[in-house]
Amino acid sequence: MLIARGVTKRFPGVVALKGVDLAIAPGEVVSLIGENGAGKSTLMKILAGVQKPDEGEVTMAGRTLDVSSVAAAQAQGISLIHQELNLAENLSVAANIFLGREPQRFGFLDQKMIRTEALRYLAKVGLEVDPELPLGHLSLGKQQLVEIAKALSTRAKVIIMDEPTSSLSQGEVETLFRVIRDLKDEGVSVIYISHRLVEVMALSDRVVVFRDGENVGELGPDEMRHDAMVRLMVGRDVSQLYQRTEHELGEVVLSVEGLRTKANPDVEIGLQVRAGEIVGIAGLVGAGRSEVLEAIFGMTPAVAGKVQGVRPKSPCDAMALGLAFVPEDRKKKGLILDMTVEENTNLASLRSDARGGFLNREKERNLCREMTESLAIKTPGPWQKARFLSGGNQQKIVLAKWLALSPKILLLDEPTRGVDIGSKEEIYQLMEKFASEGMAVLFVSSELDEVMGMADRVLVMREGRMTGELKRGEFSEEAIMNLATQS
Amino acid sequence: MKQILGILITLVAVYIFTAVIGDNFLSAYNQEQLMKRTALYGLLAIGVSFVIITGGIDLSIGSVVCLVGCGVPWLIVDHQWSPTMAVLAALGVAVLIGLCHGFLITKVKLQPFVVTLCGLLIYRGATRGLVDDRTLGLGSGFLEFRKMATGKIELTEKFGIPMPFVFLVIVGLLAWVFLRKTIWGRYLFALGNNEEAARLSGINTDRMVTLSYVICSVLAAFGGLLFLLDGNTAQPNDFGNFYELYAIAAAVLGGCSLRGGSGTVLGVIIGAAVMQILKNMIILIDWLKSNMEFFVVGVVLLVAVIADELVKRRVRRQK
Repeated sequence: MLIARGVTKRFPGVVALKGVDLAIAPGEVVSLIGENGAGKSTLMKILAGVQKPDEGEVTMAGRTLDVSSVAAAQAQGISLIHQELNLAENLSVAANIFLGREPQRFGFLDQKMIRTEALRYLAKVGLEVDPELPLGHLSLGKQQLVEIAKALSTRAKVIIMDEPTSSLSQGEVETLFRVIRDLKDEGVSVIYISHRLVEVMALSDRVVVFRDGENVGELGPDEMRHDAMVRLMVGRDVSQLYQRTEHELGEVVLSVEGLRTKANPDVEIGLQVRAGEIVGIAGLVGAGRSEVLEAIFGMTPAVAGKVQGVRPKSPCDAMALGLAFVPEDRKKKGLILDMTVEENTNLASLRSDARGGFLNREKERNLCREMTESLAIKTPGPWQKARFLSGGNQQKIVLAKWLALSPKILLLDEPTRGVDIGSKEEIYQLMEKFASEGMAVLFVSSELDEVMGMADRVLVMREGRMTGELKRGEFSEEAIMNLATQS
Repeated sequence: MKQILGILITLVAVYIFTAVIGDNFLSAYNQEQLMKRTALYGLLAIGVSFVIITGGIDLSIGSVVCLVGCGVPWLIVDHQWSPTMAVLAALGVAVLIGLCHGFLITKVKLQPFVVTLCGLLIYRGATRGLVDDRTLGLGSGFLEFRKMATGKIELTEKFGIPMPFVFLVIVGLLAWVFLRKTIWGRYLFALGNNEEAARLSGINTDRMVTLSYVICSVLAAFGGLLFLLDGNTAQPNDFGNFYELYAIAAAVLGGCSLRGGSGTVLGVIIGAAVMQILKNMIILIDWLKSNMEFFVVGVVLLVAVIADELVKRRVRRQK
């Protein structure tokens, strides 16, 4: 019914989609899997009119589809439910469902109609809430269901869900699955994007695998096995991706005691990382993992608690303790996009290299050359603006900026988000190298494969608290998810 | 060089155009006056460009000009302070004003527009109250002191470089060194582009932002002092009125983006020069009423900004 042909999308420095084909039948649940940056989300945004393709066409029931805007795509029956929900938390549930398409009478809002219609669609997704309630009062899982109700109210024929379960509890996931099966019975097609292979197997009629902007294979119901999916996603066996050696653990170099983050001030967090150790923090989105790293680094100062015996009040303080931090959102927090590769590489170490406040251009040039070589940063030159590099190379610049200071402890938040598979492998190798050189590495990741592949030890968080610790050998997707979602 | 090419072409074009149509434009006296006014407004523009580079704005410049322009003669004539003490006091007050702005913006987290808008009202109102709306000046004395603004370095019998222009060159050089050769200059550009990323790289962004407001206010005070010494009379109700807008317009013409993170000192000075030539042109052209000055300046500024945006878009597409 819905067919995309030869869809190509280029971004500065990277081709996100390389002539991708995809076909969906009515009432079919198709899962899209692939590494971050493989192009899944980009294709979905194109189908839903959020982004325009550079080449290719989309047809629905034989007719060319106008996907020039979200409104156009919606009118033709395609609804996208974003990973980060796109709802107005201050408005009521009903207002959110009809946002932008409010039923009117004589130019005024038809409140009665909005209410009854909202109730009807809420019932369809099995949600019993008062439609007048401000949306912000609902849990994330329920908000997700409101999004689906909203999609249904547009009479969507195809609903696209981008990582819908990343912030849901186990019970909410089950409700969502039931709703998806109901939709399927009514002939609505669902495109389901997820990293959770277990969910994908339980839910889908067919799995489509993306890698580096291409559709690299499809798996029918009998072929959906964990190892088969991973091999297609990664392009090789996973064991090759995570090349680990045995680490010789030194003394404790990072010790965090009684840390209370601003987001979860009632919970005390304590953790230790040894020299040469790689520790991963797993958990659902919203479990407070990033907040812990941000508090340790003084970015959002902790309400209470000690890091190495003091409480860092600013990134400056944390840097003095030998800490370095690679944030999750490198474009907003890691890089100055409009500054050059050289300027970005030197940003953290400028002060220590300067003479009486004056820039030392020679040292800057040397550092940049050294780093582009040792981290294999691909750039046309040191003068290139960071904006125009690919995600993987941008991430390496953020790493380079910190390596210039020879930190003792490296904090990484989703270190491989949005980078291609090749860069991913290189970043893993670098993490491995840093650890073998005696650095302590603490990283947060939502990808279980990555956590299990790289870490010597995994800490699991749920709702702001540490719910468990697993040593290498005790790792399994199930064990981690249990700790992350049990209630 | 690439960054200032556009404004440089504009300068040459406006200059030649005015020279061709205006009879007295090229006279030594007029050129001296042009240089002097470029210098006076250029100093304010350099000041505000520091703030604009951080992504902020300072609307209080004209009122600081007024405060200093009225406050200095008030101290000297009414209260018998020595010129040196009066100038030091003026600069001290300017530093305090800058620190206040910086504190309110970085620690109390108020918006720069609001903080400095309040400043605009407060300093002018305070000045008017302080001197009871009297017109102030240094009278016929203090000729040596006034040479800071009225003096010139004679090159020929008729033409000399006005002292304010010398100050502009010195301040311009210092500003250029600061912005391009020191780590603090780099920090200002970095935080103007992306304050959060700059802070996460260990830069004390609050301190740098505050510094930029102090520099802006001090240069406004210095400019105000020169304006006073040059004209020797200051009326608290209109002395320095709209000067912040001239300064901001010059900075924008000169290539500063109000989004922060870009700008060059030379560009800003050229921007100030273009504004002054435009003013001159309006007086020299018969069919343009001189009371339409704002109209012309507004149109030129708008055209310049549109041209700049179009060129940038084109460059982006080619990449």
